[in-house]
Amino acid sequence: MLTQTSKKGDLLLLLGFVLAVAFGPIILQPFGAGYPDLLQKFAIFGIFAIGFNILFGLTGYLSFGHAAFLGVGPYTAVWSFKLLTMNVVPAIIFAVVVSGVFALLIGFVSLRRSGIYFSILTLAFAQMSYNLAYSVLTPITNGETGLQLRQHDPRVIDTMFGINYGAELPSTTLFGIPMSGWSGYYFCGVVLIIMFYISMRIFRSPFGMMLRAVKSNQNRMNYTGLNTRPYTLAAFVISGMYADLAGGLMAVTDPLAGAERMQWTASGEVVLMTILGGTGTLLGPVIGAGAIKYFENIFSAFNEGTLLQIFSFLPEGLQHAAVSVAALFVGEGWHLTLGALFMIIVIFLPGGLMEGVNRIMRLFTKSGSGGSSPQATAQPAE
Amino acid sequence: MPILTVRNVNKRFGGLKALNEVNLEVEEGTVHAIIGPNGAGKSTLLNCFVGRLEPDTDTVDFDGTSLLGIKPHEINQVGVSRVFQTPEIFGDLSLVENVMIPALAKRDGAFKLNGWSAMNGETELRQKSMEMLGDLGLADQAEQQASQLSRGDKRRLELAMCLIQDPKLLLLDEPTAGMARADTNNTIDLLKEIAKRGITMVVIEHDMHVVFSLADKISVLAQGTVIAEDLPEKIKGNPKVQEAYLGGAHL
Repeated sequence: MLTQTSKKGDLLLLLGFVLAVAFGPIILQPFGAGYPDLLQKFAIFGIFAIGFNILFGLTGYLSFGHAAFLGVGPYTAVWSFKLLTMNVVPAIIFAVVVSGVFALLIGFVSLRRSGIYFSILTLAFAQMSYNLAYSVLTPITNGETGLQLRQHDPRVIDTMFGINYGAELPSTTLFGIPMSGWSGYYFCGVVLIIMFYISMRIFRSPFGMMLRAVKSNQNRMNYTGLNTRPYTLAAFVISGMYADLAGGLMAVTDPLAGAERMQWTASGEVVLMTILGGTGTLLGPVIGAGAIKYFENIFSAFNEGTLLQIFSFLPEGLQHAAVSVAALFVGEGWHLTLGALFMIIVIFLPGGLMEGVNRIMRLFTKSGSGGSSPQATAQPAE
Repeated sequence: MPILTVRNVNKRFGGLKALNEVNLEVEEGTVHAIIGPNGAGKSTLLNCFVGRLEPDTDTVDFDGTSLLGIKPHEINQVGVSRVFQTPEIFGDLSLVENVMIPALAKRDGAFKLNGWSAMNGETELRQKSMEMLGDLGLADQAEQQASQLSRGDKRRLELAMCLIQDPKLLLLDEPTAGMARADTNNTIDLLKEIAKRGITMVVIEHDMHVVFSLADKISVLAQGTVIAEDLPEKIKGNPKVQEAYLGGAHL
């Protein structure tokens, strides 16, 4: 598996990643995804999935409550915008710190159990957070309406520096650069690269190996003199902080925080992203997040008009039949497409899209250099 | 000077008294075998050494430390390693990683948040692990996934994982259970080699062949009590042992 990884390989991977982020707008232009709003979504959900993968991919602990962290991020960030400054740096730092504490609490309790009980506990915590944000905590979260910026927010630091937004509703900035459009995307992109690099370091570290050992055999770990609890808790907190960072970035693009981001469907989505892309791989979760957000964007935009156009080559009776069937899979019903896609991947590519990529790569290297995978096949046991 | 002292250990499971006033002393540098018929309490006793079970009373002292009430990983950290009946290894990882994990545990302790240092930098540790695999004849398979090994090789790997920690005491729970004859003989030879290094071992075993080829001293457990403790050649002739163990038949 990931034993002796070459430094050069990792460097190339990172370089490729940086290039992909930098030229993302150009590369994805032909696919109709070359605009900042969507690309920014790719980056944000990429961060979310990378973090989730540190917990799920390495330790095997399947959290169904990561949306809670994703949801806390925007609240913290928006409060920072309201009280301190419209600069995004403090907002993001606060988001990550607050969630770290939050994740520590939830993780401490949830990690007393493993397997399905752990999943249920995290799910329960996320739903609790969601309901709290909706009702009890209204003074902090502004309940159903969601937390919004106001003209007369104090913004202490901004006032100190004499920045006045006048009568307009202020927008987020990075030391004066407005965080909208392309600058917003590149900000998220740079954060994505940093977070990808951190995840790579963790994967390649002794700590990362211990996390994989947790997944493999906890009993052996205990009898080997290792305390599994702090390892799992650390992984949980790190992945919670990733989720919160993603949440914070959402608020950077759109300074509004609502409870609906904490709903369990968002937790489920990141599980899908990770599995679709390839659990436990470095690049997989980013690809999975991109694929799901891309398809969501494409398929949910279809309406009856576009479908009629697509099937216009059919005779009229058939055309309407085809449209009514296809309509189930697009627009509001695009989750049906996602479900079908997910099933196909899980059945034919259990390792996710990354396994597909690897298979294709192997095909090429085999025909290229005449089969250079001596370790890939299992040696017969004696 | 005994390295492991077990005094007046009792263990009840509901109405069943699995261990009754068990006393045991294991001398440093010896192989001490615990034998006994099914249900005699052998595994229960072993589990009391390693923190899996909490015995009801008195003393389990190892090298001056009490092993009562402390967790498995803490027991390992004071120098007790354990081999399981079914080899417990990290099946998803490669052999060399399997050996490096215990080596790291020995060096860095029970937990270390070293997420920023690189595994590739651990050349010395890797070297040491490769040598250990070489000692146990597994060097060729070092990069292979551990779950693909045969039963006998899994046992070897598990021993490598224990030995890299340089344990003061090695506990073996039926090390040859479920093995083919050839594997059993190889394992016996291997354990003899390990004994020569001066590592104290406590072996629980069914197989008389294994016990008599390894042990320096044998304790016989029956119905939760030690009924005899002696040198192997004397145990063979002990009528109490023959009675309990084989219902009177000769060994």
